[in-house]
Amino acid sequence: MTSPRFDSVQVGDELPALHMAPVDRTTLALFAGASGDHNPIHIDIDVARRSGMPDVFAQGMLGMAWVGRLITNWAPQTQLRRFDVRFQGITHLGNAMHCSGRVVEKLEHNGESCVRIEVQSTNQYGQTKIAGDAIVALPDRH
Amino acid sequence: MIDKKWIGHELPASVLPIERSRLQFFAKAIGETNPVYTDPDAARAAGYSDLPAPPTFLFAAELDSGASFQLLDDLQIPIAKLLHGEQSFTYIRPACVGDTVTVNSTVSDIYDKKNGALEFVVKTSRATNQRQELVAELRTVLVCRH
Repeated sequence: MTSPRFDSVQVGDELPALHMAPVDRTTLALFAGASGDHNPIHIDIDVARRSGMPDVFAQGMLGMAWVGRLITNWAPQTQLRRFDVRFQGITHLGNAMHCSGRVVEKLEHNGESCVRIEVQSTNQYGQTKIAGDAIVALPDRH
Repeated sequence: MIDKKWIGHELPASVLPIERSRLQFFAKAIGETNPVYTDPDAARAAGYSDLPAPPTFLFAAELDSGASFQLLDDLQIPIAKLLHGEQSFTYIRPACVGDTVTVNSTVSDIYDKKNGALEFVVKTSRATNQRQELVAELRTVLVCRH
């Protein structure tokens, strides 16, 4: 894949958004196995209810992985320097997450030309579940 | 209240071999369609030695080893009260299939807000490869809500 170039990227540029299908139980079960997070609160409704939740809900790291896809769809992962998020709310079954990102700063970071991207993951009701930012190094013009 | 004596506690090292079928399973689980993460030839064409671990994958090390759940037991945080508050990664170099990553973590802070209604545990981690090269640094904030 080709990377955006530092000179051609402007503050305010939007990354191509990522639209996820609504969260279902299969997604949670597959992610439990693949991620190693076997916490039953995400896959066993009986445990979720005993814990005071109405149903199982998404692993936070599943949502972060989707935001990671947003970033690596835009620039190769070898150029990703930092990735920081805050989990702001629980992602429930049926939530269809929309991952978006916007360039907010062009900066030099450890001697490299980089951009800072604000990222978020928001459901179909406009509730933001994850917010954070990433630092991505971009090649200069030759 | 979580005992602050745990500040400075070092978790046992967690060793995570980066395996191709696991990465392909992870890619499927997150809906990844970029062939760099599923097809070794595409990964090599992109300059990797084999499939790379995607940006959040290394979090698996302490889940696989059980160190994450052992920490909750030690700190007496019930899973029902646990939330993942924040997660950060700083990337130094890729980890690819064939690498073995070791994660070493320390409980770097414990504090509370709202008169103890929310307690926070900060864990900082270093992930190194089989050549003792730094791969990534992680910072995790766990929240216990009362």
